[in-house]
Amino acid sequence: MDRIDHLFNQYANTSSNLIDPEGIEELCSNLEVPHTDIRILMLAWKMKAEKQGYFTQEEWRRGLKALRADTLSKLKKALPELEKEVRRQSNFADFYAYAFRYCLTEEKQKSIDIETICQLLDIVMGSTFRAQVDYFVEYLKIQNDYKVINMDQWMGFYRFCNEISFPEMTEYNPELAWPLVLDSFVEWISEKQA
Amino acid sequence: MSSRQNPEPMTIEEGCKLIDAAVTKLTRIIEGKPEPPFASHEYIGNYTIVYNMCIQKPPYDLSGQLYEKYGAIFQDYDKDTILPSIMEKHDEYMLRELSRWSDINKIMVRWLSHFFYYLDRYYIARSGNSSLTVVGMTCFRDHVYEKVHFNVKQVVIALIHKEREGQQIDRALLKNVLDLFVQNGMGNMERYEKDFEDFFLTETNSYYSRKASRWIQEDSCPEYMIKAEESLKKEKERVSHYLHSDTEPKLLKNVQTNLLVLVAKQLLEKENSGCSALLRDDKTDDLSRMYRLYHEIPEGLEPVAVAFRLHVTAEGNSLIKQAEDAATSGIVEEQVLVRKIIDLHDKYMAYVTDCFQNHTLFHKALKEAFEIFCNKKVAGSSSAEMLATFCDNLFKKAANDKSNDDSTIESTIDNVVKLLDYISDKDLFAEFYRKKLARRLLFGRFSDDHERSILTKLKGQFGGQFTSKMEGMVTDMQLGKDQQTGFEEYFKNTNTGKPKGVDFTVTVLTTGFWPSYKTSDLNLPLEMVNCIESFKAHYEIKTKHRRLMWIYSLGNCNLTGRFDAKPIELIVSTYQAAVLCAFNNTERLTYQELIDQLNLGHEDLVRVLHSLSCAKYKFLKKEPASKTISKTDSFEFNSKFTDKMRRIKVPLPPVDDRKKVVEDVDKDRRYAIDASLVRIMKSRKVLPHQQLVSECVEQLSRMFKPDIKMIKKRIEDLISRDYLERDTENPSTFKYVA
Repeated sequence: MDRIDHLFNQYANTSSNLIDPEGIEELCSNLEVPHTDIRILMLAWKMKAEKQGYFTQEEWRRGLKALRADTLSKLKKALPELEKEVRRQSNFADFYAYAFRYCLTEEKQKSIDIETICQLLDIVMGSTFRAQVDYFVEYLKIQNDYKVINMDQWMGFYRFCNEISFPEMTEYNPELAWPLVLDSFVEWISEKQA
Repeated sequence: MSSRQNPEPMTIEEGCKLIDAAVTKLTRIIEGKPEPPFASHEYIGNYTIVYNMCIQKPPYDLSGQLYEKYGAIFQDYDKDTILPSIMEKHDEYMLRELSRWSDINKIMVRWLSHFFYYLDRYYIARSGNSSLTVVGMTCFRDHVYEKVHFNVKQVVIALIHKEREGQQIDRALLKNVLDLFVQNGMGNMERYEKDFEDFFLTETNSYYSRKASRWIQEDSCPEYMIKAEESLKKEKERVSHYLHSDTEPKLLKNVQTNLLVLVAKQLLEKENSGCSALLRDDKTDDLSRMYRLYHEIPEGLEPVAVAFRLHVTAEGNSLIKQAEDAATSGIVEEQVLVRKIIDLHDKYMAYVTDCFQNHTLFHKALKEAFEIFCNKKVAGSSSAEMLATFCDNLFKKAANDKSNDDSTIESTIDNVVKLLDYISDKDLFAEFYRKKLARRLLFGRFSDDHERSILTKLKGQFGGQFTSKMEGMVTDMQLGKDQQTGFEEYFKNTNTGKPKGVDFTVTVLTTGFWPSYKTSDLNLPLEMVNCIESFKAHYEIKTKHRRLMWIYSLGNCNLTGRFDAKPIELIVSTYQAAVLCAFNNTERLTYQELIDQLNLGHEDLVRVLHSLSCAKYKFLKKEPASKTISKTDSFEFNSKFTDKMRRIKVPLPPVDDRKKVVEDVDKDRRYAIDASLVRIMKSRKVLPHQQLVSECVEQLSRMFKPDIKMIKKRIEDLISRDYLERDTENPSTFKYVA
């Protein structure tokens, strides 16, 4: 536990006793992982971190203990395993939902603006569903109906990637319970393809 | 009775001799040969012979043998006399023989059972053998009927065929013969059915099958139907004349199958004479016949109903197209179109009630057809709007033209209500109607009776909620009259500065009933301001806690224009009056000055100035004298204006508020969908998406047809407002959030 705390203190802001965005950036460069890499998000998930850009001591302890890492090098080595764990079918949906919640910065906030969503999609789903993410991001940028995306729509996209073949999308039926934004998205693609 | 006290009992041989003699005599009599009838002592004597032989002491009690003898008599007679006679003959003659001998047999049975009666009473009762009558009849069956029925059946069927082909036959004979078949069944219909009916039906089947093939090729649909109807009628008569009644249903089914069922498609779809052609050419008699023929056949009417629906839809669609083509510059002649649709409805409803006997299938077909074309747009106008405009014109005209017959108005109203039933956007109709009703009420072009009548009928059909606001509006007008009297009383009694020489009427509208109007901060001429103030004072006395919102855009004014030539009374809107009165103090005003002085919006001022300076009557001179108003124009009172009329009404064309109406209705629909969704989920707690959507559509269908996309959007909105949530396990199911 001491070594974990010691590591914590290396990055934490002494007055707030939290690792703040600056500290996280330093951590990332030490781990040789880009700041916007999905693995940082996965780490936050493992820690069950609540506030974006900050790690509390409790969260730090929780995460590193679970990863059995008490030094920087062990933490670095643990990252590939962590990624494997998160990508497991049983965990990924939870991680995906977590990623959304993590971006809600204000207290009563329920939706995230389009730009942030586009970035988040790229980070979270870019490596596994490149095509869908690219098209959806393009669509979100040019459409005018939605200025924000809520959790229901966010999760809808996840189901869409998993259940609908792309780019054929033959299984898609707008009369089912898909969120309206996806109905419009599919329509837009079909028109483009025509 | 004397019994012979003979020491010697009679032997069977002796007895039979005597009996044979009696039988011979009997047969001669019943065969019609010259023979004196039995005298009563002979009759009694015959009976006595039998009697005596039966009561003799054993071994001379000859009952059994006498019973045998009785049977033998019949057997011999049947075999030796009856059968040969019948077999000798052919065709009809054979039938007659059979009929004759059957009758003879019956008589013989009767007579001999009387002679042998003693057997019936004691021997048969004790031994359990068949009665004498049964023996006699069974003998006939076994020795005559069984041998001849096949040939007889052939003859009968041949005769029936003859009759079918138009020739006369002896029906009574056939009846007798077929009765025989029945009787020989000895209590059940088996003989009739197996020995005759089955063959008859088979023959009938091929007969009508042949006829159907020929007729369907040669005849038109109406001609064929007449023949079919005739055939069915004839077959029915046939049953009543000589067939057993049991045969009727089987026979008719057989004929129907051949003549109607198997050829249905060919018949109904015959080009130039089939169902569609009959509908097209208004051949109501033929259509009635078609209904009569196909109505008893299971699913026989379905194709007819389909043809009916398609035809009515096509007729309706062509009316719509006509109207579309005739609509010049986007203005639809809805008076004409709606009348035509009403006429179409009357015409085909008559078909449903008369030709098609009010059958539900045809009511449904008519409804479906009307629902298709009554919801089409014509030149951008929805049917809801057109119907509302139609009503508006109808009532405005009726209010002016008192000579109009009330009953025609009433029946037109009934038709309107019927048509509304077919329109899916009923809420849109209500909104347009309300807007137009407001103008009718406020500009005095209405008849209280007519307005109330249609509202009552709409309420009856669509519920109180549909008409509550409109009823409120009409009531407001009623109350307004009373209020006005009160207002005038107020002046008489209080004399609080009644505006000099200005008659003033106020109509107070209850907000919520009436469409929403925007208020404006119009600066009124001083004379009008005084009027407003005095009404305010009066109203405050009567009612506290109520705020009056003045809607000058709906008011109208009678002004006297003091033109050089002659004064003319001008009937204008309040806005127009305000503009005109501005020129009471100055000769000339610029557009900008008018804006500043009156505080009207640009859009409104342009409209008003246009109506006063660029339209039919130019009360104001405009510089420059172009056709449109621009902000740099200036205006002058046109003192040179004159007209032959002493009173001129200057209408201010109403703003086209179609867009606003559609917007308002869309907004209301969003609320209605939300409320419906919440109501459903509150009671069901958990529901899959598709079911939720379909229940919602069902609930709202009375007022409008909700767009599926809109429902989806509302569901998402409710999710984000935490009324509903998606089931985490099953994302196509929703849960109510308490």
